[in-house]
Amino acid sequence: MTGFITRAFHGRRPEAGTEERLPPGQYLTRDFPVLSAGPTPHVPLDQWSFSLEGDVAEQRRWTWDEFRALPSETITTDIHCVTRWSKFDTVWTGVSLDYLLDQVQTDAGYVMAFCDGGYTTNLPIVEIRGGKAWVAYLYDGKPLPAEHGGPARLLVPRLYFWKSAKWVRGLRLMDADSPGFWEQLGYNMHGDPWKEERYWGE
Amino acid sequence: MPGWPGHIAGEHVDVRLTADDGYQAVRSYSIASPPGNGHIQLTVEELDDGEVSPYLVEVMQVGDRLELLGPIGGYFIWRPDMRGPLLLIAGGSGIAPLMSMLRQRVVSGSETPIRLIYSVRAPHDIIYRHDLEEFDRLPGVDVTYTYTREQPEGWTGYRRRIDTELLREVAWPTMDGAQAYVCGPTAFVETATAGLAQLDYPPERIRTERFGPTG
Repeated sequence: MTGFITRAFHGRRPEAGTEERLPPGQYLTRDFPVLSAGPTPHVPLDQWSFSLEGDVAEQRRWTWDEFRALPSETITTDIHCVTRWSKFDTVWTGVSLDYLLDQVQTDAGYVMAFCDGGYTTNLPIVEIRGGKAWVAYLYDGKPLPAEHGGPARLLVPRLYFWKSAKWVRGLRLMDADSPGFWEQLGYNMHGDPWKEERYWGE
Repeated sequence: MPGWPGHIAGEHVDVRLTADDGYQAVRSYSIASPPGNGHIQLTVEELDDGEVSPYLVEVMQVGDRLELLGPIGGYFIWRPDMRGPLLLIAGGSGIAPLMSMLRQRVVSGSETPIRLIYSVRAPHDIIYRHDLEEFDRLPGVDVTYTYTREQPEGWTGYRRRIDTELLREVAWPTMDGAQAYVCGPTAFVETATAGLAQLDYPPERIRTERFGPTG
């Protein structure tokens, strides 16, 4: 609806230098909201594993100790939630999806991330290859808190943050796209914040 | 409300404010009213450093127009055809989406048994007091309050944060297969759901809605 003006609303303009970094419809927060749909899972590390399965020549699986021994990277990035908050310069440490996917042979075009507590989210492989995605286990240099997805979560900063699946336990590689938890409830299959792909039909 | 498609109890809307230079701010608010009225009721708590809530609470007047997008919800919803007694746990303004569920129960004629636990800091923090008193009188609906900082005079009820013991005394026994909805600040939700976990409530029978700052 263009042209509608809210009587006497002035609002707060974005701080200088932030506007170009904010995708459409987002506002900057210094907080780190938790918006999970259910209780926070707690899994002991000796029972944790991360797997690559589905459309792969051979499945791969890492225990927590094996996973922590893999080459890791620390990145600083902005994150954008579909509920409209954005947070700048968040610091994460984890294993690149490029490294993990190089450990299997696959032609799959899509993945479904699966997680403790039953959460799932789907992604095209092109969004997690080429330095765009990690499985992160440190936030700001400290072990990722359970509320924020610890011990490890997917990190895909170029998409809305519901795609950065908390409590991730693996990826199932798929030939065809298929909706995960929020996607089945009306959220966008792709989720690009720069195109404001929040819900279906956008 | 022209064009309003109706909502399911528990859902929320995005409220969009537009300044005269085109600047827009959008925030989400739970719908507190039940479905079916043709209008909706939102409950807004003014945040000190808020951008939208101070406008809605202090500036907006009767007769003003507001842009709404939605409803949005998906998971934190209840329909009367869902099975199980209901356990509703609210912290502060988290009562809003649960009010929609209580009102829906009444409007639909459902007999789903409901236990509501409402945690607030002080008596003046209670929202919908009158409605809640009426609901409490309905057969099959029980409302329990806990005042964590300041209690009403002569209060003999709970005066502490929700914990496992309180839930053990008040919530549906685990074997009743209740569907639980927990809404409030995230720290509140974490504590309440941890208490339910201690009582072996299955995680898939617990739905949460969290809001407010975490730091």
